[in-house]
Amino acid sequence: MAHLNEAAVKQITEICDRYADENTPLMMILSDIQKEYGYIPLEVQELVSEKTGISVAEIYGVVTFYSFFSLKPKGKYVIGCCLGTACYVKGAQQVIDKFSELLGIAPGETSEDGLFTLDALRCIGACGIAPAVTINGKVYPKLSVNQVPEIVKSYRENGGAN
Amino acid sequence: MALINIEIEGIPYQVEEGQTVLEAAKKCGYDIPSLCAYNHGECSRGSCRVCLVKVEGARGLVASCVYPVNEGMKIFIHDPDAVAARRASVELLLSNHSMKCQQCDKNEYCELLYAARVTGAREDMFLGSHTETTIDEITPSIIRDTSKCILCGRCIERCKSAHGKSVLGFEKRGFNTIVGPAENRSLADSPCILCGQCVSVCPTGALMEKSEIGRVDAAMKAGKYVVVQTAPAVRAALGEEFGMPIGTPVTGKMVAALRRLGFKKVFDTNYGADLTIMEEANELLARIKTGGVLPMITSCSPGWVNYCEINYGDLLPHLSSCKSPHEMFGAILKHYYAEKNGIKPEDMFVVSVMPCTAKKYEKEREANSVNGLPDVDAVLTTRELGRLIKRSGINFTKLPDEEFDNDIVGDYTGAGVIFGVTGGVMEAALRTAYFALTGKEHEMIKFEQVRGFEGIKEAALDMGGTVVKVAVAHGMKNAKVLLDQIREGKSEYHFIEIMGCPGGCIAGGGQPYVKPQFLKNEDIDILDTYKEKRASALYSEDERQTIRQSHNNPQMTALYKDFLGEPNSHMAHELLHTTYKARKPFADK
Repeated sequence: MAHLNEAAVKQITEICDRYADENTPLMMILSDIQKEYGYIPLEVQELVSEKTGISVAEIYGVVTFYSFFSLKPKGKYVIGCCLGTACYVKGAQQVIDKFSELLGIAPGETSEDGLFTLDALRCIGACGIAPAVTINGKVYPKLSVNQVPEIVKSYRENGGAN
Repeated sequence: MALINIEIEGIPYQVEEGQTVLEAAKKCGYDIPSLCAYNHGECSRGSCRVCLVKVEGARGLVASCVYPVNEGMKIFIHDPDAVAARRASVELLLSNHSMKCQQCDKNEYCELLYAARVTGAREDMFLGSHTETTIDEITPSIIRDTSKCILCGRCIERCKSAHGKSVLGFEKRGFNTIVGPAENRSLADSPCILCGQCVSVCPTGALMEKSEIGRVDAAMKAGKYVVVQTAPAVRAALGEEFGMPIGTPVTGKMVAALRRLGFKKVFDTNYGADLTIMEEANELLARIKTGGVLPMITSCSPGWVNYCEINYGDLLPHLSSCKSPHEMFGAILKHYYAEKNGIKPEDMFVVSVMPCTAKKYEKEREANSVNGLPDVDAVLTTRELGRLIKRSGINFTKLPDEEFDNDIVGDYTGAGVIFGVTGGVMEAALRTAYFALTGKEHEMIKFEQVRGFEGIKEAALDMGGTVVKVAVAHGMKNAKVLLDQIREGKSEYHFIEIMGCPGGCIAGGGQPYVKPQFLKNEDIDILDTYKEKRASALYSEDERQTIRQSHNNPQMTALYKDFLGEPNSHMAHELLHTTYKARKPFADK
């Protein structure tokens, strides 16, 4: 755990302590760490293992099972393209391909400047507005390929404000 | 437990409530083919789908390893749908398996191959993709080959039940799922202690010991003076490789086989165990008398030593500095025996047959060498010795009984023999420590408090006015309890024995596989009783010995008089003691 700084150790410990009374706290802990710390590298897993008594192997298994968790830091802007059935038939593949092309990264990757992460999501429950894309929680409904360059540009230049 | 009525194939039986269909059927005389199921659910329960049976009224076929029996249940094992489904389950497993059965050392004991045979599975029914393979051959002890893994989870459960936290786990998802240490690292960069418990439960060749038979062949071919020593636990189990009942001691036949395999001398590691006791008991007394670090903890088990280095680096001063018995014996062979017999130490090649995979790693430790010469050159597991004997065409069961070599070294006492079982090192040490402290032999000889398979055993012994408190733990899950006491400053003990494997060396990771489907003549609860049976083989050998205390071994007296001086002397430290180093659980990449 040599790589975790003091602040990080404090933050992770605090998250683990929140669920000290739970029987099966792992999902909640990991979920909070993902949201608050941003990612769950091995050093963090080792600390969670120490706090909870759950083996690192098991924690790693959970982290790699759910695509919501990531082992590497995510970009400043996390683009989630829904590829669920409804979005897919409405052309989501072309939308994600366009993001991929413009950002120079494959789904699951983060751009070198640390600005963007592109995630392929399964159904996000927004089938009525397919194809749907979320960027840091903001939903972009009925997106067409043509709108993608403008969106990317707006995030590059002023953080997505229109 | 209440009894309930069930029917299997229309025949009524009374079975215990709460059992699974698989367990109940077993008691009624049926072996339902099953793969992932292991003893008392020590597996990922119901994942392989090989044990499917028909139960009247149930929706679809049920996995018998997880489905509980209930009153009036009608079970059909021979139902055509169930038979076909079991076959298809095995065929699906085979479709993502490397199928290199001929080259696989697990072949003879492969449960997948067995299940394929009994279900009539065909290997090419479902052709298609294979999950990406990882083969980890980095540690000297264990090879992990994911192309042979059937994801049964037994290794994970065994690691967890023995050591508390499993080093192995399922990772990724769906077709990409594999079993491995976090980040799919090599075992060498993980907190693995190399005990080999996972190897002993793996149904296929996915986890295997790293064979050193080739090294022994090469040394023989190069004309080295190749000698062999065998650990106490080996004789209690080697017979199983040749179909002998579990618990049959085969000391004499083992010696005869080793002679026929071309080893120049065949020694008993028990001599090393006696020597360990001489050093360790005196180290303990010195620590008690001079206010040294207490409790002192045994260092014979390399799995345990690995665990301490990885997880309790701060407690390393508690470890006895004694090398393990086979390392001590190796050093004596190369630096005493060789000289006495006009053999150059560098021409001598010491092979140890051990019930252990961690010993393979132990022998490579730099601190286990003297003047650049490793004390031991190759370690074979009990299973590898079985293979070596079979390869050479020796009919083991027909061999005569022969005696170990013991010209100037090699004699041993009953104390050395019981090293192979949990509590044994402690008992042997107490016999000698009692004598050293009081000047007389303890009238009991047997120290019942430290025998048996309780997770943690403790005893207090009045030794001429000094009450010595001791504890024994086996498996790291139990050891952790004692170690945390030490960390918190609450430990009351003077001396602690810790062995890496639950049960001690008799159930070590290098011992013959105990797989009920291959042991039709054993009791059906053999997985619960084999440790006791093997242990009793050792305790009975102890009882047959006329000398049962290490300090009464005449060759010990001679060795100290002639060569070492006294226990813990400068010379003894040079040859018989070692050092430890704290390590990180996950090595930096």
